[in-house]
Amino acid sequence: MRLPRRVAFALLAFAAALLLLPLGGDRFWIQFAGKAMISCIFAVSLDLLVGYGGMVSLAHAAFFGLAGYLLAGLSNGLGISSFVLTLPLCLLGATAAALAIGWLSLRTSGAYFVMVTLAFTEMLFHVFNEAPGLGGSDGVFVSARPFAGRTAPYYAIWIALVAVFVLLQRAVQAPFGRVLVGIRLNEPRMRSLGYATRRYKLLAFVLGGAIAGLSGYLDAALYGFVNPAQLGWRQSGLVLVTVLLGGKGTLYGPMLGALLLAVLGQFAERITEYWSALIGSVAIAAVLFVPAGLAGLLRGSRG
Amino acid sequence: MTLSLFALQILNGVESGLLLFLVASGLTLIFGVLGVLNFAHGAFYMLGAYVAYWISERTGSFLAAVLIGLPVMVGLGWLIEKLAISRLYARDHLAQVLLTYGLVLVLNDLSRALFGSEVHGVATPAALSGTVALGEAQTWPVYRAFTSLACLGVAVAIRQVLLHTRFGMRVRAGAVNGEMVEALGIDVRRLLSILFAAGAGLAALAGMLAAPLTTVYPGIGDGVLIVSFVVVVIGGIGSVKGAFLGAMLVGLADTFGKVLLPGLSGAIVYAVMAAVLLFRPRGLFGEPAEAR
Repeated sequence: MRLPRRVAFALLAFAAALLLLPLGGDRFWIQFAGKAMISCIFAVSLDLLVGYGGMVSLAHAAFFGLAGYLLAGLSNGLGISSFVLTLPLCLLGATAAALAIGWLSLRTSGAYFVMVTLAFTEMLFHVFNEAPGLGGSDGVFVSARPFAGRTAPYYAIWIALVAVFVLLQRAVQAPFGRVLVGIRLNEPRMRSLGYATRRYKLLAFVLGGAIAGLSGYLDAALYGFVNPAQLGWRQSGLVLVTVLLGGKGTLYGPMLGALLLAVLGQFAERITEYWSALIGSVAIAAVLFVPAGLAGLLRGSRG
Repeated sequence: MTLSLFALQILNGVESGLLLFLVASGLTLIFGVLGVLNFAHGAFYMLGAYVAYWISERTGSFLAAVLIGLPVMVGLGWLIEKLAISRLYARDHLAQVLLTYGLVLVLNDLSRALFGSEVHGVATPAALSGTVALGEAQTWPVYRAFTSLACLGVAVAIRQVLLHTRFGMRVRAGAVNGEMVEALGIDVRRLLSILFAAGAGLAALAGMLAAPLTTVYPGIGDGVLIVSFVVVVIGGIGSVKGAFLGAMLVGLADTFGKVLLPGLSGAIVYAVMAAVLLFRPRGLFGEPAEAR
């Protein structure tokens, strides 16, 4: 599970380049790189569940969206915007939601788990789409953003991405990550070895959900806007596509997937109005032809 | 709520539950026998509604739309099984979810390209356009009664085929142990193709029947798909009986939710599902077997 040395060097160089980008880049590229890094955080957080724990969750967008809505609520309703207060509160909210949804969903497994997480996401979507006072299908603006200035949100996102990647890389190298992989490969065996497998899965689900919440918080902070589509099942499906396209169970692979889709999105949206058919085709092609993802292609046949 | 209004809601709930059953029965069988989580199932519902719109617009006859459209949709289901779904039988849930999710996106955009993004309506067939009086103040459209009866007929037919034909016997055997069925010399590949095509046909039929009751637009199948998943989870994966009960429960909960709790109606069916799962994690009729 250790990072291959070549990959570690590439990641370091990439992080350094992103750190220097605001010095030379214009507004457009800063915004684009910020958005891409948020997608990276979102994708690696799902990789912990899917690639390590073997949990195909469709609830992941729910935590992304919830944290964003919480920020909007704190900022608009209570007038609290400083990240010192809003960040912990929004993460707490996402964590609590992940604990509740994870606890219920992990009573099931396999296909039931996929469907149940899908249903919870859809339930939240309906709540935010229909309940009075939550902005409806148009969404909500965040009146005061937590990071002021032109490049402050960008650096916040950069710090978050580096911290999340280091944390998750350490987590999957630790016994915790090994147990998760063991559960994915053979849960009954791990259980008979004495591991409380459900508790491990729930911990991974909650940790992943909290980090998804972090990415949703940053997204709302960067754009100052949240809408119900962000916590819909299509969003959950899209981040699953990102993880598989990049290469599940590698952490750096899903980041590659997120970058590729970000670039694709930037350019494809200009030339075609059938953007989602393009994403769909990418998903189908990835499943049929590159099941190990971009990371698998890079590793070559040794995979 | 007066008695006749209550009766009206019961009828509406049963009717929407019966329509839901047509979609959910195929979904649950495709999972039970093929082992495939099929997110593209809702797309067949959508395409069915579009085909009903397109053909009835051209021919002026809703009956013709169903008679021509149904074989077309079964053929399309057969084709998609051959091209894509058959490659998923040995793959994990992630691959199944993603490939069929990709199909949903492609088919949604395809229908947008073919029929436009706007909302279409389908006229109720003239012969079925009347209403039935229900008490003093309420009426119930004849078309809804017709839909309910048609769905009920299909449900009975599904039961007869599954329980009393050789094909149904093989399907049930395949749900228990596909390898054994193959070892007995039965062409399982063909069985799976037929089953998938039939499931696609049922979903499309539901979309056709529902078309005059609602509006037709790209992505109309997504909501139906997710609610059908809820039905399948409540009933227990692979259980047609469970799907029927689940569909009734969800149809009624949804209809009464819209009347009693209008602001939160969309969330109610999921609350019902969560309640069922708290007590029976494998649904009402799910087998307590190992996870698949």
